[in-house]
Amino acid sequence: MPDKKIRVLIAKPGLDGHDRGAKVIARALRDAGMEVIYTGLRQTPEMIASAAIQEDVDVIGLSILSGAHNTICARLMELLRAKDMTDVTVLIGGIIPEADIADLKKSGIAEIFLPGTTTQAIVDFIRQRVAVA
Amino acid sequence: MTDEQAPKAASVPAFGSSRKASPAERAWEESKLEPTLAKSPDRNSDFTTVSSYPVRRLYTQADLAGWNAERELGRPGAPPYTRGIHAAMYRDRLWTMRQFAGFGSADDTNRRFRYLLSQGQTGLSVAFDLPTLMGYDSDHPLAEGEVGKCGVAISSLADMEALFDQIPLADVTTSMTINSPAAPIWAMYLAVAEKQGADWQKISGTLQNDILKEYIAQKEYIYPPEPSMRIVTDTIEFGAKHTPKFNPISISGYHIREAGSTAIQELAFTLRDGIEYVEHCLRRGMHVDDFAPRLSFFFNAHNDFFEELAKYRAARRIWQSVMRERFGAKNPRSWALRFHSQTAGCSLTAQQPYNNVVRTAVQALAAVLGGTQSLHTNSLDEAWALPTESAATIALRTQQIIAYESGVTNTADPFGGSYFVETLTNEIERGARDYIERIDAFGGMVAAIERGFPQREIADAAYRYQVAVDRKQKIVVGVNEYLVDEKPIETLHIDQTVGGRQADRLRKLRADRSSAEVERRLNSLCHAAAGTDNLMPHLFEAVKAYATLGEICGALRQPFGVYQEVAIT
Repeated sequence: MPDKKIRVLIAKPGLDGHDRGAKVIARALRDAGMEVIYTGLRQTPEMIASAAIQEDVDVIGLSILSGAHNTICARLMELLRAKDMTDVTVLIGGIIPEADIADLKKSGIAEIFLPGTTTQAIVDFIRQRVAVA
Repeated sequence: MTDEQAPKAASVPAFGSSRKASPAERAWEESKLEPTLAKSPDRNSDFTTVSSYPVRRLYTQADLAGWNAERELGRPGAPPYTRGIHAAMYRDRLWTMRQFAGFGSADDTNRRFRYLLSQGQTGLSVAFDLPTLMGYDSDHPLAEGEVGKCGVAISSLADMEALFDQIPLADVTTSMTINSPAAPIWAMYLAVAEKQGADWQKISGTLQNDILKEYIAQKEYIYPPEPSMRIVTDTIEFGAKHTPKFNPISISGYHIREAGSTAIQELAFTLRDGIEYVEHCLRRGMHVDDFAPRLSFFFNAHNDFFEELAKYRAARRIWQSVMRERFGAKNPRSWALRFHSQTAGCSLTAQQPYNNVVRTAVQALAAVLGGTQSLHTNSLDEAWALPTESAATIALRTQQIIAYESGVTNTADPFGGSYFVETLTNEIERGARDYIERIDAFGGMVAAIERGFPQREIADAAYRYQVAVDRKQKIVVGVNEYLVDEKPIETLHIDQTVGGRQADRLRKLRADRSSAEVERRLNSLCHAAAGTDNLMPHLFEAVKAYATLGEICGALRQPFGVYQEVAIT
């Protein structure tokens, strides 16, 4: 029986439309054999949580460059807890000040990928993480 | 990712590959080059520009066979403008040092504006926050967490008045990076000018207002293309009549490049956007020479020094031929491509941020040598946050050092006549014209956008670039080579109370103004939107009644609808 493909939701939360990173990562994960759903732009935390349930994903990847990460993540993690989806791995890629990283991880974000991260590093992290789950 | 999966780079001939080596050159290859390479081979198998176009090891007169200096190069201030658009270039006037700035509230940004002016910048450039860019008031539910974070929060004329407190619009030129809500924001600026007693015939500045590149790259669209192009045409028409020194549009490639395009794509899509705007204005019944002199452009200044330099020269040469031949413009001011440039944000690294000062300097130098009219230099902390005051100061000093210490401003187009630069200019022009023809074949840029053509080209180029970096085929110092352990730098913190304070201001504004007047003005605006009236006078009356940006943009969603992108990954 073939291995079940890892399912990843790549999302652009908030108002920001800069999607170069989200699209590059979506493509890299697909090339690495994962099933990737890209939400498109201007997703609210509600829309993201909903899509994650509907698509039955293993991983949610948020692309955030706007400085709104604390507000967005607090709301999303709250929704995931309420919908009993705490086994989903939540990742962030983007511009996150060093000072905010520890609190984001405490709130349940599994890892934060800053500018300069290779696509392979993200692929490896997801594979390790989902294999253990 | 396997080699089979790796996207194949478009098979691109090297710049200058169609030339024939002379007997003397072949002799040199045999007697000098081959023995050298036998002892010490090339460091790499590929030498390419940042955009992945191969570069040959040497350029000579053989690369310029058939090239005619009078025809291709000319002199500055005259067609084909390859050497620049002003006869005296920087000897009579330097480029405008125009640093993009904005964060928090109007008061916060006003202070930063006055600081930058005091430090020698020669023009203002406004960065708005995401809610403002998307036409939402600071207290809209979707604005939560976003107010003041990426730029200044402007929800009404009251905010615009505070933004320009102690700044006389009669004496300072202002560029505003705003697109979907450009028309109401411009109406607010014009209202401030009127209140200050500044003459509209004399005020100067630029409105970005380039909606086509939003669909292509920056994605800050609200309405679909047709009503959006109508609004842009309205602003150009209004400007031609009422604000003859103001640039109503800044046709932009910067964002296209930041999204990952190549230099040729950046140039081609920008110029083809320009063609689309001209066509819309002509269909409106305007005469080309009435508005074309005030079309302005905005390019990226990326890492590859010579590729960028050649790109700007090719831009000028292509545009003057488009204006003269395609559109029959007779006024030389319609032919001359004027541009602002900004150094490439996407090239700056989070790692070892002080290296970014060097990157920005090299990029700025290319823009200056390329004859830019106006320049923004990025700050070293670009990959971490909005700039601190000290980082923004270094960025400004970078321009001042180039201007006053490097000597490059002493003469026009110093690289003119270089075998490499002229070949590169020719080849970039050829590549851009190719793309322009392809977009013409789609039926124009709006049609091409609807088919996803430029978006797909950009996504492919962005992915190819990332693959090259991941494989260390492209080295990024401090990121995939020469890494160190580092401590985080000090960055700018945006006060978290901005959102709450803006909400208070809006409550007071709504209480103090005449709601009847606002309703009247919004109705009249919507009525005009459903017809063919120029919207600018209606927007002007609405903003003066203190209708908010969110109310105005929200009202226009009724007649115009909203745009939904089909995402291309």
